[in-house]
Amino acid sequence: MNANTEQRVPALLVLEDGRVFRGRSFGAVGESFGEAVFSTGMTGYQETLTDPSYQRQVVVMTAPHIGNAGVNDDDPESRRIWVAGYVVRDPSRIASNWRSKRTLDDDLRRDGIVGVCEVDTRALTRHLRDRGAMRVGLFSGDASGQPVEELVERVRQSPGMAGADLTAEVTVGEAYTVAADGPTRFRVAAVDLGIKAMTPRRLAERGVEVVVVPASTPAAELLGYDGVFLSNGPGDPATADAAVQLVREVLASGVPMFGICFGHQILGRALGFGTYKLPFGHRGINQPVLDRASGRVEITAHNHGFAVDAPIDRVSDTEFGRVEVSHIGLNDQVVEGLRCLDVPAFSVQYHPEAAAGPHDSAYLFDRFVDLMATTRKDGGR
Amino acid sequence: MPRRTDISSIMVIGSGPIVIGQACEFDYSGTQACRVLRAEGFRVVLVNSNPATIMTDPEFADATYVEPITPDILTRIIERERPDALLATLGGQTALNAAMALNELGVLEQYGVRLIGASVEAIEAGENRERFKEIVADIVIDGYQAESARSFVCHAMDECFAAVADLGYPVVVRPSFTMGGAGSGIARDEADLLRIAGAGLTASPTTEVLLEESILGWKEYELELMRDRNDNVVVVCSIENLDPMGVHTGDSITVAPAVTLTDREYQLMRDVGIDVIRKVGVETGGCNIQFAINPDDGRMIVIEMNPRVSRSSALASKATGFPIAKIAAKLAVGYTLDEIPNDITRVTPASFEPSLDYIVVKVPRFAFEKFPSADPVLTTTMKSVGEAMAIGRNFTEALQKALRSIERSEANFAWPASRGEVDVPALLSTMPVPRDGRLREVQLALWAGATPDEVHEATDIDPWFLDQIAVINELADSIRAAETLSADLLRQVKRHGFSDRQIAQLRGVTEPYVREHRQSLGVRPVYKTVDTCAAEFTAATPYHYSCYDEETEVEPREREAVIILGSGPNRIGQGIEFDYSCVHAALTLRECGYETIMINCNPETVSTDYDTSDRLYFEPLTLEDVLEVVDAERAVGPVAGVICQLGGQTPLGLAQGLKDAGVPIVGTSPEAIHLAEERGAFGRVLAEAGLPAPRHGTALSFDEARLIADEIGYPVLVRPSYVLGGRGMEIVYDESMLADYLVRATEASPEHPVLVDRFLDDALEIDVDALYDGTELYLGGVMEHIEEAGIHSGDSACVLPPITLGRADIDRIRVSTEAIARGVGVLGLLNVQFALAGDILYVLEANPRASRTVPFVSKATAVPLAKAAARIAMGETVAQLRAEGLLPAQGDGGSLPVGSPVSVKEAVLPFGRFHGVDTILGPEMRSTGEVMGIDRKFGTAFAKSQAGVYPEGLPTSGRVFVSVANRDKRAMVFPVKRLADLGFEIVATEGTADILRRNGVDASVIRKHHEGVGPQGQTTTVEAIMAGEIAFVVNTPYGVGPRLDGYEIRTAAVARGVTAVTTIQGLGAAVQGIEALIAGEVTVRTLQEHAADIEVLRSEELAAGIAAGHSVTTAEGGA
Repeated sequence: MNANTEQRVPALLVLEDGRVFRGRSFGAVGESFGEAVFSTGMTGYQETLTDPSYQRQVVVMTAPHIGNAGVNDDDPESRRIWVAGYVVRDPSRIASNWRSKRTLDDDLRRDGIVGVCEVDTRALTRHLRDRGAMRVGLFSGDASGQPVEELVERVRQSPGMAGADLTAEVTVGEAYTVAADGPTRFRVAAVDLGIKAMTPRRLAERGVEVVVVPASTPAAELLGYDGVFLSNGPGDPATADAAVQLVREVLASGVPMFGICFGHQILGRALGFGTYKLPFGHRGINQPVLDRASGRVEITAHNHGFAVDAPIDRVSDTEFGRVEVSHIGLNDQVVEGLRCLDVPAFSVQYHPEAAAGPHDSAYLFDRFVDLMATTRKDGGR
Repeated sequence: MPRRTDISSIMVIGSGPIVIGQACEFDYSGTQACRVLRAEGFRVVLVNSNPATIMTDPEFADATYVEPITPDILTRIIERERPDALLATLGGQTALNAAMALNELGVLEQYGVRLIGASVEAIEAGENRERFKEIVADIVIDGYQAESARSFVCHAMDECFAAVADLGYPVVVRPSFTMGGAGSGIARDEADLLRIAGAGLTASPTTEVLLEESILGWKEYELELMRDRNDNVVVVCSIENLDPMGVHTGDSITVAPAVTLTDREYQLMRDVGIDVIRKVGVETGGCNIQFAINPDDGRMIVIEMNPRVSRSSALASKATGFPIAKIAAKLAVGYTLDEIPNDITRVTPASFEPSLDYIVVKVPRFAFEKFPSADPVLTTTMKSVGEAMAIGRNFTEALQKALRSIERSEANFAWPASRGEVDVPALLSTMPVPRDGRLREVQLALWAGATPDEVHEATDIDPWFLDQIAVINELADSIRAAETLSADLLRQVKRHGFSDRQIAQLRGVTEPYVREHRQSLGVRPVYKTVDTCAAEFTAATPYHYSCYDEETEVEPREREAVIILGSGPNRIGQGIEFDYSCVHAALTLRECGYETIMINCNPETVSTDYDTSDRLYFEPLTLEDVLEVVDAERAVGPVAGVICQLGGQTPLGLAQGLKDAGVPIVGTSPEAIHLAEERGAFGRVLAEAGLPAPRHGTALSFDEARLIADEIGYPVLVRPSYVLGGRGMEIVYDESMLADYLVRATEASPEHPVLVDRFLDDALEIDVDALYDGTELYLGGVMEHIEEAGIHSGDSACVLPPITLGRADIDRIRVSTEAIARGVGVLGLLNVQFALAGDILYVLEANPRASRTVPFVSKATAVPLAKAAARIAMGETVAQLRAEGLLPAQGDGGSLPVGSPVSVKEAVLPFGRFHGVDTILGPEMRSTGEVMGIDRKFGTAFAKSQAGVYPEGLPTSGRVFVSVANRDKRAMVFPVKRLADLGFEIVATEGTADILRRNGVDASVIRKHHEGVGPQGQTTTVEAIMAGEIAFVVNTPYGVGPRLDGYEIRTAAVARGVTAVTTIQGLGAAVQGIEALIAGEVTVRTLQEHAADIEVLRSEELAAGIAAGHSVTTAEGGA
């Protein structure tokens, strides 16, 4: 029926609690394991797939049609696709867009990403919503022929996300520089915990030269910059002790710092707050966040399964001075931003660089630039 | 920020009558707004001339004015009510224009009324093209410059050439200040430019043409945005048009969400949209912005914005579950988005952007068959009269569901026996011109071998959509080729929206066979929920759609359910009036403790608001789709039955099939429906009751028709059986016309019988709505038509209480109606049309269902007939409803007390949309909507009805042009003389003028159109009308034969918006109206006050009757 029917062999999606969905293969044929999470974004599949924060996660798209605009060379957020598996309802057979170079199927196969399509993605989403994110296995082709009980057992044996330290798997091997657009006002070290390409771009647009450095870079090498940026990334923040230590040293130095997503969680821990796993996380590009300073609501891009545990009703006293919760998720009152009142550091749990998602929060990069300007007396080069 | 405390009363303006481009979506938005504002404790003053709306039900506002939306009347209402604020962004362009007019007249300032929602400046910025272009030009985002279509104003040909050097061909040429955009065109080369721009420069009074780059064929999108007073902005929905630029979005097949954009393109559109709403300055509420994107390079153009809720916002609300109008009303009174809970999740705020895990497709419904001389090419002027929306888990499913929802069998995808039957080159040559049904051409061409590239080349439809249609075609081939219909195959094709009927056609079997086979294999739909959030949060609102996925979300329930079938897409003859009745049934049965379940597919309506019923199924109204819902609901709880009598012909047509499948039909049974609809059976009912009907017969061939006509005598009324809105109905005066009709309009055959009726010349037509419970009749209202019999009741003005019928006539009508109700076996509503000719009361037809006039009668008599009908259908009696107070304790709509208000209903016709269509009224219904005028006397009520229809209403001075048919010449003299006495100047064509002069009326002669301009430059009729020299046109058609000037005269009147009457009875009514206007007798009064008046009059009459020992008409069995 389908142009790709001959390639779309039977496939199984097996959850650790024993629930099984039957569909067809999409992308690479084979098997794959990861944490099943769902994303409610209706646009931006290419950005989502190439976001390193999805390392070891099997992403279920709630939007039914995926791949319609094909794949181009401008929109990837990193050098490869990171998701451990991809679950969609109706993948497109063709690519229709003036920027498109290939079909999504092509790229998934190229990177060996196992996908499953034609499953009831809404039922799967409701299941994950009600029971929480959990381990999942995708099996297509020969792999799908094994007895289901065995497959469930193999899923249960696969590593879970709680306690996973994935930074080393995604961080860059060697530092690289993204030049500022126009004259360079500031130089920033961006600690790569799984950074997306749009982040340095957003800074570069504001006259910031960004040096993306490996996560293992010693603190001493960061202190010469005008600011330090902590990127997003995958894994359980509770395991990221090395990064937490790094951030504590930067905090102590007084170098301005801005963290997002995983970086925000690291900052939270460095300030002495705990982190915890959300039942099914926030993954989408329609999440309302209240900026408590302005009283304004911004529509934001989220991709996080963990959150910082900080009191939202008062200012906290920490080792690095007073800290307030600056942003709150309006859907569930989760901490979405921290602001240090006595040291030049702040962070948000979401993605001001968007890609995919709305640009409502781009002002945070301006805030970072302003913070660097006020911290350094000359106000920039 | 909490609710504003500086205002306590708010005036809401509705959108008036249903017209093309402004339909019941504004009843939906207005009703939501009224509900919200009242719940917030505001005093709501509502003005709307359209009686068929839910919003004008007395319980939705504190003061409901069913009055014309004119500056004069609105000023009187403001004077009387002194509202603190005016909310004009929920009543379409009508309300917006009215607010702007009140502002210009200084009325708002004078009475201290604040405009809330959008300011005057914002409305102007959104409406004024030049101002809007400046706003767009001001938008720069991260170095990106937002763009409008580039254009140049030129005053000479060399300037035109210079402009084209920049713009390139093709270029759109728009002459400035010509009427109705006359002289516009698209120049594809230099020759075109010389011709079009040259003519345009000459035609333009300022020798000016606008040359604009052509964006025809570009991808077209819309965004629906909302903004609050804290400057928070959300995009509620994106909509993509399947039909590229060049077709009005109201006439396009549209898809939500947008499906062919990358995130970068979508976010840029979103950023620009947010800047537009901010810069235009919509303070609170919604707006709609249209964009075009060049498919070759992604260049984006902002086309326009509407600073108010719109048809698209109604669609977006239904598509996402985010109620834009409701939220807009809350924002207008001070709340911010984050303070308003999302209705559906209840735990998350409205300050978010809905995420859809399904696809929504909207398909327009046209009515070109009603206007054969109208141009059927789809352009930037909207021509469709209604729309259907469908929801599916993917595009193909939603598209095929939407196509079957519009109830035109030719719209559904179908496959001929062989590819050889399809003329691909012919299809490829016709499809570039968009018309209704183009998608079928595309589907057939793709199936028969046209390549997607060829079809894209011909239509500019995005290749992704074409591939989706190819998927459907491939599956159709699989259905045909399969050895057996396996469960896997069935499931697969169902997931792409194939109906049982399509599968049956492809397999050469019957639909019931496919259904039975499919169900035996366990291939059944499941029902998912529209929840605004793609399942991220639990939904509290059961708003469902079907699909063929694994898991259903229909919850078990305890209470007994009643399923109400809606009326589907609006069309001429079946519109908002039927939705009104369905909504009333849902509201009243919910109060009575039933779980109400609505099935409908019209996104414009109140019935498809998830607040109206306990459960909403947004589904096509076909037997298959309805049966599956019934089964799904029976599986989760008790179902009392299905109500088919309120939604018009659509659900009525399903009644028998449902009953045959074992579904209980509550109220009037399918057998009773058949008794009323089948000519022979109905004839027997009438004969038994001793009621006369015009002589008639049913013909299965031309010869039979000829014999019947000879026997009963010409003129005869001919029509196909089983139609609504007088479709295909004509008055035929002789045998040759009969032969012509049978060739042209319908083919008589055993499957398609043709009804031939004696046509009653000069008869008075009477419409009756009544309730019957099996023993007692409640006469809801008796309407006297102003135009004579032969003009479709839907197009005729009517008055209630009847102005020329006596008590004896009404008693005769009551007795006859009761006999029909009993004979047919009605349980609920019954509509009967009578004709009174030569003192014989003929029965023309009876419809055992809610009629178009139910809302009008309900409002005119202050009795909720549809609610009563629903209760009767569920087994209650008229006596019980009287005792409860839902119906009056005594008397009925036929025995309104003396002194009751007089209500006039006037039809609104879409002639202004269809240039060149003749405006004479006939037996085929062509009106899209209606207005009501209510006042103490007929004259003022009629004047108000005309003010609701014509921009200028009835004139009180000026020049009247009279030209009537010979048969009307005698009847014309008295009213025309009266107009002359009232100070009007009379001009007439020669013959008419002679007669007027002989009768002492000073009438001057004006040249006929075909005579041309006179030797001394004397103007002709048409020129005088076009020049604005005529205030009122009286023109009755010259019977059969050549139409002479009539056509041009009436067309000119429509083009110029001049008030016109085309019947002698209409002239009489107009004169009474004009007299009332001149005497200054027009007052404004709320429906609530009118109802109280009737109540007082009734009790006074009762007291007087008892005192005098008279027997009054009471319910014998009452209480």
